[in-house]
Amino acid sequence: MEINTGDTAWVLASAALVLFMTPGLALFYGGMVRSKNILAMLMQNFFCMGLVSVIWAALTYSLAFHGTGKYLGDLDLAWMRDVATTQPTGFALTIPPLAFLAFQLMFAIITPALITGAIADRMKWLGWVLFLALWAILVYAPVAHWVFSPAGWLFKRGALDFAGGTVVHVNAGIAALAAVLVLGKRKGWPHHPMPPHSLPFTLLGAGILWFGWYGFNAGSALAGNALAAQALVNTHMAAAAAMLGWLIVERLKSGHATTLGAASGLVAGLVAITPCAGFVAGMAPIYIGLIAGALCYLAVSLKFRFGYDDSLDVVGVHLVGGIVGSLLLGLFADVSINEFGRDGVFLDGGWGLFGDQLVAVGATIVYSFVVTFAIVFVLDKVIPGGIRVPEEDEETGLDQTQHAETGYAFERV
Amino acid sequence: MKLIVGIVKPFKVDDVKEAVKELGVQGLTVSDVQGFGRQRGHTEVYRGAEYEIDFVPKVKIEVLVDDGDVDRVVQKLVETARTGKIGDGKVWVVPVEGVTRIRTGESGPDAL
Repeated sequence: MEINTGDTAWVLASAALVLFMTPGLALFYGGMVRSKNILAMLMQNFFCMGLVSVIWAALTYSLAFHGTGKYLGDLDLAWMRDVATTQPTGFALTIPPLAFLAFQLMFAIITPALITGAIADRMKWLGWVLFLALWAILVYAPVAHWVFSPAGWLFKRGALDFAGGTVVHVNAGIAALAAVLVLGKRKGWPHHPMPPHSLPFTLLGAGILWFGWYGFNAGSALAGNALAAQALVNTHMAAAAAMLGWLIVERLKSGHATTLGAASGLVAGLVAITPCAGFVAGMAPIYIGLIAGALCYLAVSLKFRFGYDDSLDVVGVHLVGGIVGSLLLGLFADVSINEFGRDGVFLDGGWGLFGDQLVAVGATIVYSFVVTFAIVFVLDKVIPGGIRVPEEDEETGLDQTQHAETGYAFERV
Repeated sequence: MKLIVGIVKPFKVDDVKEAVKELGVQGLTVSDVQGFGRQRGHTEVYRGAEYEIDFVPKVKIEVLVDDGDVDRVVQKLVETARTGKIGDGKVWVVPVEGVTRIRTGESGPDAL
């Protein structure tokens, strides 16, 4: 295929938009932790931009996107060999392969960054570094290959995931659950209150996420065309509706519409529309957003019922939002929007797509949970003293004990 | 000499300051404090989870006065800081052994 300059320009711009989501996520989470842990949270997120990028160049881009294996790619493009001239396997791109490499890298960066919200306030820095490297290779690369690569088994099966409902959100969400089950609860949770220390940061981060998500979803058209415009409008409408959905339920159940609720709701909508963005149209994104906003609000209370300390609700928002979006796609998908899509139940496509979506969600959940659990479990045994900081360090805060810094150095006696 | 200590609602601090200045008080000290009385704390809700916040923000005002001025200043402070609602705070008076002005070395009531 010939290179199209408009397509290339949009995908390059989208790569920059998606990169910006990781600092946005850092602030979104950073505002929600206690002030003694703000830097550790920002650092875990920013460090993904460092380590995951280098691993992508050396190994994981090739494992995810080159080769004809059903379960994993090959190493032909490892170490940046021939990456500028070789098309990712199975794609007929109108953009340079390097634009695709850069765009997909940003997804690989933000996916593990999502997990930081669950493990907040208690993991050693060294533990995070090792976890991140292993997870990027052992979990992200295979799952991205299954779903995004035309050679992957879930892609071949016909499961749809426009921009990462399973690869990014279900994957990170279930990994978050596995990680906190090994890691254990924060000291004092849930009896000791740990309210967010700076909701303005959280709102700023949510705004950046919404902005960057246009690149995430509309960029996934891999072209500057009508499908990209449809994906952008869908993305926006779902975020808007989900904010309303969350706030309505919140107001009814707890008496107030909160800023944290507005931020959480819009993110839940963005998560849910991610798999659907290029496959639905009309009012569908608004229905999907409303449902996701309401359901994710209810899902964040699950941690209190089952007693796992998912600190900032990665399970409630990303796992549940990702599942809701991936399954609703089986109902709302409309092949007239995208010739590579399929019709869902409401478009008289039958339950076939819904079934394939269930398989994709289920396979991602099982694989990511098992491997993530194993990674954290092994690291906990291998790292001297375990993967978790000592109780005294947790009390003092990770900023001081892990990074020898203070987030807020106000002048004091 | 006595030390008058008042715990008041933060939004009343300016009113109290102006009122006691009118009585001729030359100086006072304020600090941000937290605590609870009969008002107890309040509840905050984050993503549906309720947290009891036991300590509410108040301002502590400390005024050094000569014995003869105590009643007037306390009365003025109470009048000014009162809203009639629970959580208005408290005022108490403690005896002071001695006071010295650092710049001049004056001590006793002259140092006030």
